[in-house]
Amino acid sequence: MASVTYKNVFKKFGDLTIIKDLDFQVEDKEFLVLVGPSGCGKTTALRLLAGLEEITEGLITIGDRVVNDIAPKDRDIAMVFQSYALYPHLSVYDNMAFGLKLRKTPKGEIKRRVTEAAEILGITELLQRKPRQLSGGQRQRVAVGRAIVREPKVFLFDEPLSNLDAKLRVQMRAEISKLHQRLQTTFIYVTHDQTEAMTMATRIAVINKGILQQLDTPQVLYDRPSNLFVAGFIGSPSMNFFPAKLSKDGDGIIVDTVDFKVKIPSKHAEPYKSLGGKEIIFGIRPENIHDPEFAPPNIQGEKIAAKVDVTELMGNETLLYLVSGKNTFVGRVDPRSKFHVNDSVQVVFDMDKFHIFDRGTEEVIR
Amino acid sequence: MKGLRIGKNWLYLPLIGMAVFYLLPMYVILVTGFKSFGEIDLKTMWNLPRGIALDNYIEAYSKLAPSLWNSFSMVIPAAIISSFLGSLNGFILAKWKFRGADFIFPFILFGMFIPYQSILIPLVQFMKAVGITGLAGLAMAHIIYGIPITTLTFRNYYASLPQELLEAAKIDGADMLGIYRYILLPISLPSFVVVLIWQFTSAWNDFLFAVVLTGNTDWPITVALNNMAGRGIISWNVQMAGSLLAALPTLLVYIFLGRYFLRGLLAGSLKG
Repeated sequence: MASVTYKNVFKKFGDLTIIKDLDFQVEDKEFLVLVGPSGCGKTTALRLLAGLEEITEGLITIGDRVVNDIAPKDRDIAMVFQSYALYPHLSVYDNMAFGLKLRKTPKGEIKRRVTEAAEILGITELLQRKPRQLSGGQRQRVAVGRAIVREPKVFLFDEPLSNLDAKLRVQMRAEISKLHQRLQTTFIYVTHDQTEAMTMATRIAVINKGILQQLDTPQVLYDRPSNLFVAGFIGSPSMNFFPAKLSKDGDGIIVDTVDFKVKIPSKHAEPYKSLGGKEIIFGIRPENIHDPEFAPPNIQGEKIAAKVDVTELMGNETLLYLVSGKNTFVGRVDPRSKFHVNDSVQVVFDMDKFHIFDRGTEEVIR
Repeated sequence: MKGLRIGKNWLYLPLIGMAVFYLLPMYVILVTGFKSFGEIDLKTMWNLPRGIALDNYIEAYSKLAPSLWNSFSMVIPAAIISSFLGSLNGFILAKWKFRGADFIFPFILFGMFIPYQSILIPLVQFMKAVGITGLAGLAMAHIIYGIPITTLTFRNYYASLPQELLEAAKIDGADMLGIYRYILLPISLPSFVVVLIWQFTSAWNDFLFAVVLTGNTDWPITVALNNMAGRGIISWNVQMAGSLLAALPTLLVYIFLGRYFLRGLLAGSLKG
């Protein structure tokens, strides 16, 4: 159990900077998820912590110990790899016992820890098998078991679920969350899948192009994204974006996309009053776009004319792919909606739930 | 479908023909080895022996036994040591790269293409100069000449292993030698079989190095067999029995370990 700190960390490969000034703290017993598109540097950030890559600049501490020059084996961490990286010639038992044997742990203690971990993961009956005799999900469990028996201060996971099929992934997701609750240890987990991040994390760090974009709880990340990238990355389907201009209309402020105009409710208008004429990006999530017939009462609605391009019935909801002038966007509406393809319809934007970003800096304006 | 089968059967005909042609010398060795000296004649070369007489083998063995053991005592350490060195080289060149590793690797491989004949004189002079003579010198020559091919085999095998495997071991607490000893060495046993068979066979069959590096007390089997023919009348029956004895170890190695040989060559990866 320990906190982890990245202090102004840089990683460069030659002229290429992979990690730029990473600076944050992971609290003790936290489940922190590093998320971002592939190639964003999230795995490198994890590997720096594991000691598999050298830190170019900055400090990483585990607990109160700077680990920059400490060998991976002495950092008191355990890591679960994407490919599981099980030792193919060793049985499941020996795979899990390997690290303990190298550390000269007494035999009885090894047996106790391996048996216990196997029980937690439900792989007791597999202990004598070789990795090639296991399914993907079972291998995954062994890889996790190998980490558990070490009883490390910090668990590192590098996209551990991406080689599993969709159903198993959902199941393992819940199991890893349960494991975190049970072990009460710091977990740092890398994934490109925002659903994994949202469902498992106590806090999420969104990384893009080697730069930390935002670090906060899943709910805050979803409700109050601090820039255009986070807004677009978190949530599925993604937030809709419309290039637009702010303009004054008497006392009020209007978002003008050329194809349509919406009025910002006066209770939200304060930050935008002095920004008349500013080039912005207007963002609204699909679930905040409604079919007027089924729109919840009491919302600050603004009606927009649009044409239905495609409809996708999901059962509990319907996704509408809409076109308004040169803008295409997605609405997530009540499944009872009677909108059909090619209908010219009116949809309602819930103007309590919009986001406005500076088109130049892509930062949120609020 | 039927036409295809007939076509396939026709294919066997030339194949069988070629196999028979290829095996003819083996046939002559076998039948001549069982003949008495009186039966030896070019005209009756193809005839089967009148009886199965083991005298020739006993005689050949009594003449060749010391050099047979010479061969074993030279070939076994040579094969083991050069395989082991190759696997260490392969490990470093594939997984523990130092600056210039990719530059040095082709240089090591270049050794495979140097013909034995071209280095014969410097080899003998060098061995004399450093005082390693006889079987020890011969073993050393085979060890060094084997390094390129053993290095190539192991390097390519180790390069196919995922880096994460080593990283997992690193985090588990293994250092460089620990990773080699506990992970790569046991995983690469199939490659060891391949390389050992290869090295055993090529060192066993070598004549040229043996004839220049050893004297008549420590001749290996190939040189001894050649010299058994001697001058004047050649007892072909004993000579043939001796040839079979000389070829037997490599044949047996291949017969018993051959399936590992094929498996090792094909089983590049650990996937599955």
